[in-house]
Order: sequence, then C-alpha cells, then structure tokens
Amino acid sequence: MLIITCPWCGARPEVEFRYGGEAHIARPADPSALTDQEWADFLYNRTNPKGLHAERWRHIHGCGRYFNALRDTVSDFFVTTYKAGEARPDVDASSGGSK
Amino acid sequence: MSHPFNASAETMLALRGAPRNHAAQVHGGPRTAGVYLPSEANVQKFSGFELFRRAFGGHKSWQPQWRNPEPKAEYDVIIVGAGGHGLAAAYYLAKEHGIANVAVIERGWLGGGNTGRNTTIVRSNYLFDESAALYEHAVKLWEGLSQDLNYNVMYSARGVLMLAHNHHDEISFKRHVHANRLNGVDNEWLNAEQVKEFCPPLNIKSMRYPIIGGALQRRGGTARHDAVAWGYARAADSRGVDIIQNCEVTGIRRNAAGAVEGVETSRGFIRAKKVGVSAAGHTSVVMAMAGLRMPLESYPLQALVSEPVKPAFPTVVMSNTIHAYISQSDKGEMVIGAGTDAYTSYSQRGALHIASHTLDAICELVPQFRRLRMLRNWGGIVDVTPDRSPIIAKTPVPGLYVNCGWGTGGFKATPGSGHVFAHTIARDAPHAINAPFTLERFRDGFLIDEAAAAAVAH
Repeated sequence: MLIITCPWCGARPEVEFRYGGEAHIARPADPSALTDQEWADFLYNRTNPKGLHAERWRHIHGCGRYFNALRDTVSDFFVTTYKAGEARPDVDASSGGSK
Repeated sequence: MSHPFNASAETMLALRGAPRNHAAQVHGGPRTAGVYLPSEANVQKFSGFELFRRAFGGHKSWQPQWRNPEPKAEYDVIIVGAGGHGLAAAYYLAKEHGIANVAVIERGWLGGGNTGRNTTIVRSNYLFDESAALYEHAVKLWEGLSQDLNYNVMYSARGVLMLAHNHHDEISFKRHVHANRLNGVDNEWLNAEQVKEFCPPLNIKSMRYPIIGGALQRRGGTARHDAVAWGYARAADSRGVDIIQNCEVTGIRRNAAGAVEGVETSRGFIRAKKVGVSAAGHTSVVMAMAGLRMPLESYPLQALVSEPVKPAFPTVVMSNTIHAYISQSDKGEMVIGAGTDAYTSYSQRGALHIASHTLDAICELVPQFRRLRMLRNWGGIVDVTPDRSPIIAKTPVPGLYVNCGWGTGGFKATPGSGHVFAHTIARDAPHAINAPFTLERFRDGFLIDEAAAAAVAH
C-alpha cells in the first residue's frame, strides 16, 4: 500500500484516496471550436509515461479535496504532491520527497 | 512472482515430451549452430508414440523447439513483442499470408510478459456484436489449436460461470445470454440450484450477497498460457520466423514521407517497411517512439495462486459483484484474480489490499478454500482503453500497425487477435472482424463500450 502525502492533511494510506488520472488536462476554453480529433485528444488520448507522471488524486476519506502528485510509474515512488492549480514542479524522478 | 520456467512448468513439459534444454535456449544458453534449420520437415512432431519411442533414449534426442537467431539486416515485417498475440500474428503471417521473412523482437524472453502472468481464462460471452464476433473467432481457433500447432495448449472447455448476486446482475446477465445467442455464442442462464449442481464447492446461501443464479458459457474454460506462447513460437519458427529475444526496441525510424523504415534496437538497426506493435502494457511507450499518443493507460493487474491441491474445483467461476474469479490449474493450484490497482503503473506489482479484498470474496464464495495458503502473488501491466475494447488497426503512420488495448482480458483472444492482426498487416487493410476496432473510433464516436463485460469491474 502506498503512503500518499495530501497537501492539506499530511501522509495517509492509499485506501483513503481515489485516483483521478493524468493531471493538467485543461478543459477547452472554447469547446465548439474544437475538431473531432482535438476532442479525442482531450477526452481519450493520454501520455501514459513510463517514468514521472503528473496525476490527480482525491482525498475522499479525508478532506475530500483534489490535489496533484508527481509519481514515478516504474517504482510507484511519490516525488512530490502539490495543490490543484499549481504548476507542475520542475523536479526529476530521483528527487527526494514523500514515500 | 510467477516465473514461466519454475519447477512445475518443467515437470509439465517433461511429461508432454518437450526438451529440457528449452529453458537454456530461452535464456540464450549454448546452442549448436547449424544443426537445426527452420523448415516444417525437420521439426520433430510431438505425439504419444514419439514420447514412448524417445523414452528408450532417455529423452536425449529432442531438439530445441526454436532457434535463437541473430537479427538479419532486413525483414518484410517486424512484430514488436513476443507474447502470445505477437507470436500468433507472426505464425499466421507465415501460414496464411506467405510472409515468412518476419522477425518477432522481444525485450525480455518470449511469453514473459502478460502471457505468463494472466489467469488463462477463455470465453466469448461479450455483449456487442463486434466483440462477440472477435472473441468467438478466437474461441473457434482455440478449439483446434493444439492440432494446428502440434502442441498441447491444454485448452479445457470446462465452462465459465458468471455469478449473479442481485436483481441487477440477473437482468444484465439475461440480456447477455440473449445477445450472445443471437450472435451464435453459447450462453445460458442457471438458477441458484443449477449453479450449485454445476459447481458444488460454491456457497450459494450463507453469505452477504447470496448467489441467485449465473450465466454459463460451456465452451469457455482455460488453456495453458505458457504452452500457447511456446506452441506459437515453435510453429512460427518452423516456418522461418526469427524470434529475437533480449532485444529491446529503442526507436522507430521513419523516412522523409513519414513511413516506417525499421526499428532501432539494443542490437542495432533492423530494417522493415511494416512494423506491428504488440507490446501490451508498454504500447504507449513504443508508439511514442513514432510520435503517437494513444488512448491507453497502463495499470497493474494482480493474480494469485494457491498451493496445489487435488482436483477440487470443476469450472471457472467469476463474480463481478463481490469481485473475484477463480479456477483450478491442471497443476492443482487455485488461480485467483480480480480488479486492477487504482493507479497507472509499470511496476508489475500492486497493493496488498487489492489482493486481500479478492481473497475475502473467494472465502465467501468457497468457504472450504479458507484453509488454502497462497503461494504466489504477482502483477502484470495491462493497457486499458476508454471503452475497454482492443485496438487492432492501422495507424496514422504508414507501415505502422498496432494491436493493443486488450486491458484485463487479452489472453482469451490470443489466436483470434493474432489471426486478424496478421491479416491487417499483410493486406494493409483490416479483416472484417477487426474492422470496427480502429484507433479512429475514439475520434469518430464509434466506441464499443464493453466496460461492463469484464469478468470483474476495474
């Protein structure tokens, strides 16, 4: 089980959280202007990286808030977590952080 | 971790009369070059008589089942990934389309990915017409596969029973039964007593969500996962296909027009005008080498096996509602699985609470198994599409083909998937069966939403 650090509540076990998929996928500002392919990219296409992944988590059995995390998908190591709305931190997979 | 070459697997091979130098070959051990050239004529046929005859020589006269060749400079087709699907595609390219100048390139050892990690269940009781046609195509091939490959893949049509625990399950399964029958796929509804009669170890009453019935596909069952990979490898190799293991694809080279020229690998550049990617959980990684973003996410899917016991469980039982499935392997182990872990990962392991939750359900379903000890628990990385249906298609890159998105249920489709993927590559156009399973369906809105078809929800 992973230990995940909620930016508001601190380190908690994985079962308190719900995974929210890839982070920083902004809803289109002008949806009617999008082509079908752009809609498919927004809705379905994902980076799915082997390595550092920016992703959303929600602390459903805690504060209930969404936040973002940078996790290495090879080791499942959480490099850092940060609040929703903040930019993706410029760190690499070897950086310290919460486990 | 499940290792395909553990002691039991070796014992099994020995019983069937396969060579003991098989493992050495897979791991690149010493080989006598030039002794064995690929051709159907000089492949030793497996039969009961041969097993008997060679026993007098102490079984020392068996040949390796496939070569371990150096990659050539150029092939007509390169398949990336020597799992069941990739090897099957290579086999059918050689057998049905006359394209034998094929390389199957594998990062690790053949059959060492999800082919060696799944729970070996075969069924075709999918809801939608497109899916029913695809999976039924595979089941029909399963039925004759051991004969076709001259390799015992141990396909056992022992039935797949999907349990209903509430009214909604019942309505849903009955709808599946009717839809399946319209598509010529066998499936029937059993009430609780019939379920108990078909599978006596089940506890149908004294549980939190009693079993009220189930949908049974009698032609469903299991097959031996490793034997499927080995059988296809041997049959493909005998037709001239080069299986190149311990060779990682590191790039896809394209020409000025954007078309595929070949693949960069850890053993150098290999030229080919057609490249078929069959890389399961790593599909996004490989396709990114050609600049493509895929509608895929890779999740760990766990499975467990118990200590081996005498035959105690006659069929495959799945429960979506209380979330587990179980069957007994021919070695005697109870093979158990359930849902994926919650988050994307390439770690090939998952969290204990997922496995523990699965075992809670098994102990409810089959109380006598509470005393079984679990021997191994492992994970495989499954590539999941938004509609839970696979993609077997051409891509926007000329010469690049992809067979992916099988998610949690790819093993059952191995022969059918390889068959239609080979057709797609050879003709540069899909077979009628895989024509709906395009990459463009996500753009055009023609999703094949089989999310409810998984044996357990993910």
